[in-house]
Amino acid sequence: MAPALIDAKGLTVRLGGRTILDRVDLEVRPGEIVTLIGPNGAGKTTLVRAVLGLVRASSGVVERRRGLRIGYMPQRLTVDATLPLTVRRFLALWRPVTDARITAALEEAGVSHLAASPVQTVSGGEMQRVLLARALLGDPELLVLDEPDQAVDVHGQAELFGRIETLRRTRGCGVLLVSHDLHTVMARTDRVLCLNGHVCCQGAPEDVRRHPEYRALFGGHADALAVYVHHHDHAHASDGAVVPGHDGDCCHG
Amino acid sequence: MDDFVLRALAAGCGIALVAGPLGSFVVWRRMAYFGDTLAHSALLGVALGFLLGVNPLIGVVGVCVALALALVGLQRRRALATDTVLGILSHSSLSLGLVAIAFLETLRVDLVAYLFGDILSVTTTDLGWIYAGGAAALGGLLLLWRRLLAVTVDEDLARVEGMPVEALRLAFMLLIALVIAAAMKIVGILLITSLLIIPAAAARRFSRTPEAMAALASVFGIAAVLGGLLSSLNWDLPGGPSIVVAAAALFLASMMVPVANR
Repeated sequence: MAPALIDAKGLTVRLGGRTILDRVDLEVRPGEIVTLIGPNGAGKTTLVRAVLGLVRASSGVVERRRGLRIGYMPQRLTVDATLPLTVRRFLALWRPVTDARITAALEEAGVSHLAASPVQTVSGGEMQRVLLARALLGDPELLVLDEPDQAVDVHGQAELFGRIETLRRTRGCGVLLVSHDLHTVMARTDRVLCLNGHVCCQGAPEDVRRHPEYRALFGGHADALAVYVHHHDHAHASDGAVVPGHDGDCCHG
Repeated sequence: MDDFVLRALAAGCGIALVAGPLGSFVVWRRMAYFGDTLAHSALLGVALGFLLGVNPLIGVVGVCVALALALVGLQRRRALATDTVLGILSHSSLSLGLVAIAFLETLRVDLVAYLFGDILSVTTTDLGWIYAGGAAALGGLLLLWRRLLAVTVDEDLARVEGMPVEALRLAFMLLIALVIAAAMKIVGILLITSLLIIPAAAARRFSRTPEAMAALASVFGIAAVLGGLLSSLNWDLPGGPSIVVAAAALFLASMMVPVANR
């Protein structure tokens, strides 16, 4: 088997006297998609930041393959309105790159039409793809994506995830992603790591779904065929259009 | 034209040229108040310079750098909000400077000149220091340009890309310290920040790239120096404040100019 891109062993992170991560082991191999799931405050983002070297481990280690190139796609990024910056220029800031490579990366991420737009004017979903293009410019061996589904609607999510799967196939890079989507994304992942401070369980998606700790965390929503229940401040008409009013559980099959 | 007017013009334009790009960064990084704090500490640097028998400009750069380091340390503790920390450092360092100068009995300094600038009394030696400091600051900025922009956009991303974020931040503070030391004689320590941020703020609406904004800020700054200096000579007004008023007028005028919606 190819050596792991990253290999975290016994990773513990304490911040302000609180233990955020407790002896977490995590491994990502080339060509593998690993998804981190877990409730809010489970330490998913902290784990990602520790892998990236943005948070120091209190104990344990994160080993990276020598010279590993990481492409990081943060949850969101806001550029101060006072800074005049087009998308193309934004992409050129991180390393010396040619215009042709920027054009290619924008195409690969599906946002070539945004090249000349001020970076502050692109929408949340578009910005995520711009950030994906930015990550691709570093020719990454490991893509790290923090909640790529957050700013995107269901359709956009499937689209973005499709792109990530293609990248994994064409480039052979490993993917580590944090996701809230217990269905589409989780099902198409090689390995799922369910986190709640410590690693509750991990393995193939179907194994994790059957695990008692996973079921305890996500309750009735854990079933593969269950509907995805969440709180809404609006309701849906029969055609799916959003209509105001109604605060309560809303079910999507 | 008299020699002193020529020297004043050369000094003012030189500073405005450097202040454009550096001031743009101050605006992008939201560090206006930080610049003010550094400038306020300059008086303490002057006093220390006299005390140690070195050029006051060296004292100013030294104190500014020490203050910048203290600030980074205090920020890391996160016990107080940044603006509170800046407020404490800004006013205590200014007062400390005033007290120190009062203590140095042998030292007779023109306090008003340090606080508000005395551009018409710029000597050839001053001019040399201003241009040396200005050139160093501009050169450093050009060298770090792309990486400083990256750090300004997002520190985490820059760090993941392997950029030395802390070092870049410190280098930027050092550049500001250099400009403050060089500009002290022109507009005085109480008004220096305005020369950094007003031309840059005026340039924002007309710029589509960071470089265009930096260059236009320099042009606006030079225009403000020329306008301020002319009115100062014409109506016998104080030089530093006249330059700042000219810059403010330019800023107001820039708001009136319609810019096509992009």
